[in-house]
Amino acid sequence: MGDSGLPPVGDPGLASVGDPVPAPVLELRGVRASYGRIEVLHGVDLSVARGSVVALLGPNGAGKTTTLGVISGQLPPTAGDVYLAGRRVTGAASDALAGVGLCTVPEGRGVFRTLTVRENLRMATYRGVRLAEVEERAYGLFPRLGERRHQLAGTMSGGEQQMLSLARALVTDPEVLLLDELSMGLAPMIVDDLYQRVRAVAEQGVSVLVVEQFARTVLGVADVAAIMSTGRITSVGSPSAIESELSDAYLGAS
Amino acid sequence: MNDPVAPDSPSPAAVSSSAVPPLLELSEVVVRFGGNVAVDGASLTVDAGTIVGLIGPNGAGKTTTFNVITGLERPSSGRVRWAGDDISGLAAHRRARLGLARTFQRLELFGSLSVAENVLFAAELCRRQGGTVRPPVVDVAPDVDAVHETAALLERVGLGDLAATRAEELPTGLARLTELARALATRPRLLLLDEPASGLDERETERFADLLVELAADGLGILLVEHDVPLVMRIASRVFVLDLGRILASGTPAEVQRDQRVIDAYLGAAPVGEV
Amino acid sequence: MEDVLRYLVIFALQSAAVYAVAASGLVVTYTTTGVFNFAHGAIGMIIAFSFWQLSSSAAWDLPVLPSLLFCLFVLGPAIGWLLDRVLMSRLGGASTITTIVATIGLLVALVSIAGIVWPQSQVRRVPDFFEGESITLLDVNVSYHRIIALVAAIAVAIGLRALLFNTRLGTAMRAVVDSPDLTALNGANPRRIGSVSWMLGCSLAGLAGILIAPELPAFTPVALTLLVIQAYAAAMVGRLRSLPLTFLGALILAEIENGLALAQAKEWAGSFSPSLGDLAAAAPVLMLLIVLVVIREDRAALRPERFGFKVPRPSVASVAVSMAALVFVAAVVSVTGVFAVGTMNELGKGLALGIVMLSLVLLTGWAGQVSLAQLGLAGVAALAVWKLGPVTGLVVGVVATAVVGAIVALPALRMRSLYLALTTMAFALLLERVVYGENALVESFQPFASGNARADRIPGLEGDTAFFVFLAVVFGLVAVGLTVIRNGHFGRRLAAMKDSPAACATLGLDLTVTKLQVFALSAAIAGLGGGLLAMWKVTSVGRTDFALLEGTLPGLPLVLVAVIGGITSVTGAVVGALLFVCMPLIGSRVPALKDLMNLAPGLAGIGLSKNPDGAVLQVAEAIEEARAARADVDPLAAPERLGTDGDGTPGRITADEAALLDDELGLSWHR
Repeated sequence: MGDSGLPPVGDPGLASVGDPVPAPVLELRGVRASYGRIEVLHGVDLSVARGSVVALLGPNGAGKTTTLGVISGQLPPTAGDVYLAGRRVTGAASDALAGVGLCTVPEGRGVFRTLTVRENLRMATYRGVRLAEVEERAYGLFPRLGERRHQLAGTMSGGEQQMLSLARALVTDPEVLLLDELSMGLAPMIVDDLYQRVRAVAEQGVSVLVVEQFARTVLGVADVAAIMSTGRITSVGSPSAIESELSDAYLGAS
Repeated sequence: MNDPVAPDSPSPAAVSSSAVPPLLELSEVVVRFGGNVAVDGASLTVDAGTIVGLIGPNGAGKTTTFNVITGLERPSSGRVRWAGDDISGLAAHRRARLGLARTFQRLELFGSLSVAENVLFAAELCRRQGGTVRPPVVDVAPDVDAVHETAALLERVGLGDLAATRAEELPTGLARLTELARALATRPRLLLLDEPASGLDERETERFADLLVELAADGLGILLVEHDVPLVMRIASRVFVLDLGRILASGTPAEVQRDQRVIDAYLGAAPVGEV
Repeated sequence: MEDVLRYLVIFALQSAAVYAVAASGLVVTYTTTGVFNFAHGAIGMIIAFSFWQLSSSAAWDLPVLPSLLFCLFVLGPAIGWLLDRVLMSRLGGASTITTIVATIGLLVALVSIAGIVWPQSQVRRVPDFFEGESITLLDVNVSYHRIIALVAAIAVAIGLRALLFNTRLGTAMRAVVDSPDLTALNGANPRRIGSVSWMLGCSLAGLAGILIAPELPAFTPVALTLLVIQAYAAAMVGRLRSLPLTFLGALILAEIENGLALAQAKEWAGSFSPSLGDLAAAAPVLMLLIVLVVIREDRAALRPERFGFKVPRPSVASVAVSMAALVFVAAVVSVTGVFAVGTMNELGKGLALGIVMLSLVLLTGWAGQVSLAQLGLAGVAALAVWKLGPVTGLVVGVVATAVVGAIVALPALRMRSLYLALTTMAFALLLERVVYGENALVESFQPFASGNARADRIPGLEGDTAFFVFLAVVFGLVAVGLTVIRNGHFGRRLAAMKDSPAACATLGLDLTVTKLQVFALSAAIAGLGGGLLAMWKVTSVGRTDFALLEGTLPGLPLVLVAVIGGITSVTGAVVGALLFVCMPLIGSRVPALKDLMNLAPGLAGIGLSKNPDGAVLQVAEAIEEARAARADVDPLAAPERLGTDGDGTPGRITADEAALLDDELGLSWHR
């Protein structure tokens, strides 16, 4: 493709056919990525349709988080491309991608621990919403955050931190939401609640890509599930079809 | 949860009488980072001549456990014992001199040295242990024995042809073999391997596994942390499963694979609504 | 009582205010960009001199207030913006050593620029604000200037607090400290935030420089630049993070300094030989050293730092041949007398200083430990040679330097490069001020302080020709000896320690012992160079030969030139030594190039931020590449990376493209 950074190319062949299957909002084609000399993604193809929840599952070390890193602009791929609404955004910087509606809730520490809840929310205003609006909606979604608006995020419980992280993502009306290991270290009740909210925003048209190691926690809310192992996507299908393959993928054939 | 190693291991060396303390014993180790508990009372044992697997989901505390064993991390509480002796307070390099060697998940080769020098360095260090510190200025003559040992080790792991290659130029698989050879050059009694198969292709993994089985048969104790669980299940005689910093289960591979707690730990509990 | 009030309240508060302003600028830049700006003081110096240029009646004589506003709100931010553009964009993801070298390069370059623009032949002074006007507080006259300084510091404290806690930009600045990645994921650009903090930091440096300028005994570039030591010390109390603690550190330092000054004024200590006022001059350095040792910033001890240096591995034979050639050339040059006496003097200095550079090759190039004190340490042996005679002095001096070097290393054993650089810099300044300086603790060192110490040469080598060849021989022997060590077990230990401290420890290497050994050995070599330099200079040995920033061939440029020549190879030290002496030589021969030659080390230090391997290695690599292009490609040497190179650098989305995407995605917030 041209060297103008973001050629307005897409794939006109697919997009202009006008057939009932809409073009995916997010698409990865043949993405490879390396940390130094170690290649960890060996050609990943994946697409997320508008308003759907796609779960990317697999044992740790499979390359799930790396895949998210490539999509969110934190790690430039060594080959392949990432498309957002049909446009190539391969290698664009994180903040630029965030500015056009790609929102990431990173693994574990999705909050600024040394900032208060309110200041964390203020950071969300870089995506073009007013602080008052952000606060109103965030506290509406999670009243607990409103009670703790002046508390340092790092001193809150894991569940509250994850609420804050998710709230910050949701209130800016993202187009695509990337969630990495939302359930890490949280009680099942809380995880369930968080994923119900994710389901709710997907119904409103947000496209969601969820990475989960603990596969069962997310299968209930996903439209499509994919299993990843050693840097490749090994199978894609409906959650129920995928569930039967999980044990093998994680623990080997018994 | 903390049963002694079962006598079902393939090597006769491991048939331990109850009088002989295990080569390595971790008891009730706790590691806290600020408010987070990375390891929460983990206990495990490794005997000479056995391969023991340590598996668990991301963030379970496996690498931290390794760091505690090798002395790179001090536990907040708990004990590390070596053949019955408490070594919890010993510095990393002193533990290495006892015969404890490890490899690293993120390769820690000496990139500016050649493959042979990486191994030779370890062999030389091993021979100098306990001796007085020699002034660096006179410490220049190569140690003939160490050179021979290096050559033999490189042959054994199949790196003979690459002796002169700079370590930073090696592809991952060969780099991991170099780390293994370097660890072996310290003549360890216990080898800790952190994700040795990540970055290896299938053929390389096979060769690596064969080599580990061979080494254990020679009497070396091996503690293996590995994402490739099927590999661990194939070569380990005993597997410990770490989850949220605790030992969740332990036993033979077959036992662990069937354990519902292990399956839950890896796949996550079913959503509340469906229970 | 009046004096107590004057010193401990009024003077101290003013000093504290200035230090706090300077230190807060340093902290803001460091926390948001991760780059410790060694040139912070030099930037303040440039702005203070610019202020003089604008406002002084001896220069352009513009009104004070517009000049001040221009300096603080136009010039300061402009310098910050420029630095961010030129320097920081090159330093992205660079190793700590590279950023240290680059900002020291900037420091040296700015000092020489100031020397060129504002020649030292002219005496300047910056007047107080509202000079002569004062109010009387509790029977003490307090000048308006002091009040302004205090008000400025309070305003800075309140302003920074408001910025950091009540604005989105400030929130983002703190967010970057917490996690740059997460900040970017939120849609804020960490680079732009870094740029703002550079602009802010430079303005604060300028404000501090302008406020302190009238109080200095001498308004010179070096004096102003070194005021940054006070800022370092204050900032270090806040561990380079906390602004309130930084302000506290500034206050403590100012109280100590003024307490000592008060004690001197009152003659409380009677006729105690080193006057307390002189101790006050050493106070900031001592405080910096103590704080550095006490805070024990050791958490990253086993994590390897990236160095970005490639280390060549020449054989002993090839080094021996080139050193033999060097000795031969030296002999020919010396015997035939092709060069004038002045040139020979410089070349001999170059050989002696080359030995000091060899000590850096061992310590920094091979062992990965930074030291800015090597030239200062060399002075210990020079003192010994002067005091004890050539042979005894050299032996005692080398041993003493090794011991002192090991002592410096003790607190540094677990430090990261930045703290090591600061500690060694503070130590060099301590030596310079307290041992070699005009305020030296030992009175009989006075001739050394004034640069008139006399050193004798080794019997049998009294002649210039013989001693010149002797210098070359010693240089060659040290170079060959180091190569032998390098290729033996100790060399492997150093390389291993640099590449992976964690692996070393788990293989049974005692890192502490190894580090002590290399620091001691390296200091001994520096001492050898220093002792020989004293002998070569014969009649005019002294402090300025071993100073950090003053004198003809100071310590900081020495480090820069060593890096430029190539800090990883002994041949690099030859190149470095030649550069070091040739640049001033060319400058003195060709007046048109004089300024450029003064600037060269600093500029090259900045330039190296992109290519930290030094000149020798770059040439060697170019040759290697040319050869490789002809020869078959070694499959093993080829990186494992698969796929296309693509446009690996992260691209930016332009506003147009963003609008397009907005449109495409139906985003709703740009209403």
